[in-house]
Amino acid sequence: MKIAIPKEVRPGERRVAATPETAQRLQKLGFEVVVQSGAGEGASFTDEQYTAAGCSVEPDVAALWAGADIVLKVQPPDELPSSDPYRGTGKSHEVELLREGVVLVSFLWPAKNEELVERLRQKKVTAIAMDQVPRITRAQKMDALSSMANIAGYRSVIEAASFFGRFFTGQMTAAGKVPPAKVMVIGAGVAGLAAVGAARSLGAIVRAFDTRPAVREQVQSMGAEFLEVEIEEDGTGEGGYAKVMSPEFIKAEMELFARQARDVDIIITTALVPGRPAPTLLTRQTVELMRPGSVIVDLAAESGGNCELTRPGEVTTHNGVTLIGYVDLPSRLAPTASQLYGSNLYHLLADMGGAKTWHIDLEDEVVRGSIVVNAGELLWPPPKKEAPPEPAIKLKAPSVMPPPAEIEKAARAAKKPGRGASLGLLLGAVALTLLGAVAPAGFLAHLTVFVLACFIGWQVVWNVTPALHTPLMSVTNAISGIIIIGGMLQVSGPPSSPVTILGAIAVLIATINIAGGFLVTQRMLRMFQR
Amino acid sequence: MPQSLVTTAYIAAGVLFILSLGGLSKQETARRGNTLGIVGMLIALVATAAGGQVSGDGYAILAAAIGLGAIIGAVLAARVGMTSMPELVAILHSFVGAAAVLVGFASYLDPNSQLSGVDALIHDVEVYLGVFIGAITFTGSIIAFGKLRGMIGSKPLMIPGRHFINLGMLVGCVGLGVPFLTASHQGGVMPLLIMAAIACVLGIHLVMAIGGADMPVVVSMLNSYSGWAASAAGFMLSNDLLIITGALVGSSGAILSYIMCRAMNRSFISVILGGFGADEGVAPAKRSDEPQGEVVSVTAQETAALLADAKSVVVVPGYGMAVAHAQYPLWEVAMLLRERGTTVRFAIHPVAGRLPGHMNVLLAEAKVPYDIVLEMDDINEDFPHTDCVLVIGANDIVNPSALDDPSSPIYGMPVLEVWKAKTTVVMKRGMASGYAGIENPLFFHENTKMLFGDAKKMVDAILTELRGGGGKAEAA
Repeated sequence: MKIAIPKEVRPGERRVAATPETAQRLQKLGFEVVVQSGAGEGASFTDEQYTAAGCSVEPDVAALWAGADIVLKVQPPDELPSSDPYRGTGKSHEVELLREGVVLVSFLWPAKNEELVERLRQKKVTAIAMDQVPRITRAQKMDALSSMANIAGYRSVIEAASFFGRFFTGQMTAAGKVPPAKVMVIGAGVAGLAAVGAARSLGAIVRAFDTRPAVREQVQSMGAEFLEVEIEEDGTGEGGYAKVMSPEFIKAEMELFARQARDVDIIITTALVPGRPAPTLLTRQTVELMRPGSVIVDLAAESGGNCELTRPGEVTTHNGVTLIGYVDLPSRLAPTASQLYGSNLYHLLADMGGAKTWHIDLEDEVVRGSIVVNAGELLWPPPKKEAPPEPAIKLKAPSVMPPPAEIEKAARAAKKPGRGASLGLLLGAVALTLLGAVAPAGFLAHLTVFVLACFIGWQVVWNVTPALHTPLMSVTNAISGIIIIGGMLQVSGPPSSPVTILGAIAVLIATINIAGGFLVTQRMLRMFQR
Repeated sequence: MPQSLVTTAYIAAGVLFILSLGGLSKQETARRGNTLGIVGMLIALVATAAGGQVSGDGYAILAAAIGLGAIIGAVLAARVGMTSMPELVAILHSFVGAAAVLVGFASYLDPNSQLSGVDALIHDVEVYLGVFIGAITFTGSIIAFGKLRGMIGSKPLMIPGRHFINLGMLVGCVGLGVPFLTASHQGGVMPLLIMAAIACVLGIHLVMAIGGADMPVVVSMLNSYSGWAASAAGFMLSNDLLIITGALVGSSGAILSYIMCRAMNRSFISVILGGFGADEGVAPAKRSDEPQGEVVSVTAQETAALLADAKSVVVVPGYGMAVAHAQYPLWEVAMLLRERGTTVRFAIHPVAGRLPGHMNVLLAEAKVPYDIVLEMDDINEDFPHTDCVLVIGANDIVNPSALDDPSSPIYGMPVLEVWKAKTTVVMKRGMASGYAGIENPLFFHENTKMLFGDAKKMVDAILTELRGGGGKAEAA
């Protein structure tokens, strides 16, 4: 089977659907890869590199599309430019280049591009939308949205840094102190967390806000402070995205942003609710609260923007605050974006059987979710699944699996008392039986008292807080001076008898113990205060 | 006072002692607990004195002995510094041990004894046991006192074959029991004396073999022994109050030892048998792969700057703080930082210091509020969010090899995970190893800075710097 990698035609798009490295991996699946001449230019991959990776390079656009069984693209099919290689095709749109029965894999955004979907259906092609890959654990390796969001988050910080006039990290230099930059990230999804990570590693003080309490730990694990509003409301929606919040919550949220705006230097917004325009989080007033020289990067610019002053695709300034509304952030990191996207495509194709066992399995959750048109039949939107899938957020805290040594230790600990206890019980029973057979009743009465007192001591002392261990010890020490009674009972003989002398000395030292122990405990306890 | 009234008084005293120990479980009730203990003790003393078994000259002797003892005790209690609390506790334990030995001898020599047959045999066994435990407690506590005081080197004394020596002495003591028990009425004084002497040597040897870092366990173990000795005395005198109190103290000491051992991930047996048990051959061998890397040292000024910039600070005190008496300036530093809005907390490892809860007492002495003094389990998870950790005179309790180096003698011991914080400043006199005698990779960690010098002087310097620095910041 032949895979075609055309050059992206949308102006400004620098990514490519396969890098020499992913093309090589596709060939290992049994595919033949044909790359349009110059397809990798924007991402700094030369035709020679593709040739070296075993691909054939096709300068003729019409031939490329006509010979393909599968076409891999980044952007949805678009208008063809009127430049040289396309003039020969005589067509004006990429859809027209598609042969019937071809499989097209790219971002499609079917909800926004109904007309395009209809044209694809009429063309009787099969179209798979990378943006529709369901967010389930198994599909993480094909989740191109997360790959791109990650890049966008990182790049947003780089863009902000290039417009921001100060260091991110605080420094003490011979010429004086430079304070660190403060960054607020709104929305801690994949992009938000990537932004947090990038800003942190540049040395900034980072705060992050999200309506979903579950991401708090992720935010903190990245080293940022998690901002919260006073109102409790869980914003966790389906598929790990956020949902629309109540008006009270939004009000509290806006107040929080206004407060933060006075303090922070950079705001990066990444808030998106699927299928709706992006929520407006930064009003004109909020922007005006920011210090001149501050920067706002609006990652939601394409869907309307989180800031009401954002102009999609442009950098503007308002009151000295720079507003970055780039919509092509992943494309600005084209080699990495191409590599990750190419990898996502590779995993999808590998999952669909590779070249040898290639088939479109509509029972497969991933294929069913992402397929838009199957050989001319419209399959989008897919039927709703009942159970909401787990949030598939990748930048997770480290795994919680304890190391094997610990498990072993726990297992040993769990085993030990079992055998020891039963042995102890047996010995105890034997000893008690023997004792009961020979010991006089008076002794047994004392023994009863002794054993019960041991258990009471055991119960009482378990609850002692460690901070009080020293006072406890000195008090028990004083109490153990009760041995004085032993001495007291023996001082009444003749004063010169050894018994009396021994008893008197015992009383003397036991009293030292009692007085010293209690008094010092009192002294210590008087010091403990809240 | 009739005998039945004495018995009810003893019941009251026993209940008061139990309530006293129970009261000590929380700060709020601790003082009342102590008072209850005192009341219980007074009731017991009055009841015994009035119980009919003391008469004639007995009262005079009693008054003299108690009066003198109370004065000595009160003076000791008033004079002792909080830093030397472990020594005081240890020496007081030795008194209980000595008293138990004396009571044992007196009870054996009591001419009024009218026991015969099984009762006499049981009584003799009780005396024998009481003297044995008392003697071990007596000398063991004196050695512990000496070690804590620094009069005896804190390094464990490792005589070759020491386990066999101990075993031999134990067998000797049991063996001497035969002539003692078979001797005619009161004719067994000689075997009893020899046994007491052997037990004294055993006590010395046992504690000599235990290193300074294990002292918290030793002290609480001796505490437990002193309780058992009192209990044995109760059996020989048929006195239930002694039995109850002894058992209470004995089990509480045992639990404390157990808690300490668990905090160090060591078995009780290996601690009381001395040193680092079977690991002793491993420790020197480890020298070959001691942690490599650069030690970054800082000045007190830089440390002050680090603290001033931090938003959250955790202080980890160890025995070094106690030795240097650095707790007062330390709390002043903490107060300054708190005034600036920094979160300052103290993290206490269960075996920090030389006595269970030693650090808590010292911090309390310096008026550190107890709600910012946290235990290991409560603070460990917070280290990753902590900007600056200040380790003062602690070593083994912050050693990461306890977690990641299976060949380390302290492997498996829970430690304060200070290396997870952004910066850790370790205040130390030099690069010497801790009581466990092992290297600490923490010092070579990239986030770790070493501040060498006497803890008190360094904390004072930080304090001065913070005060000065604070003034400047306000001016600017």
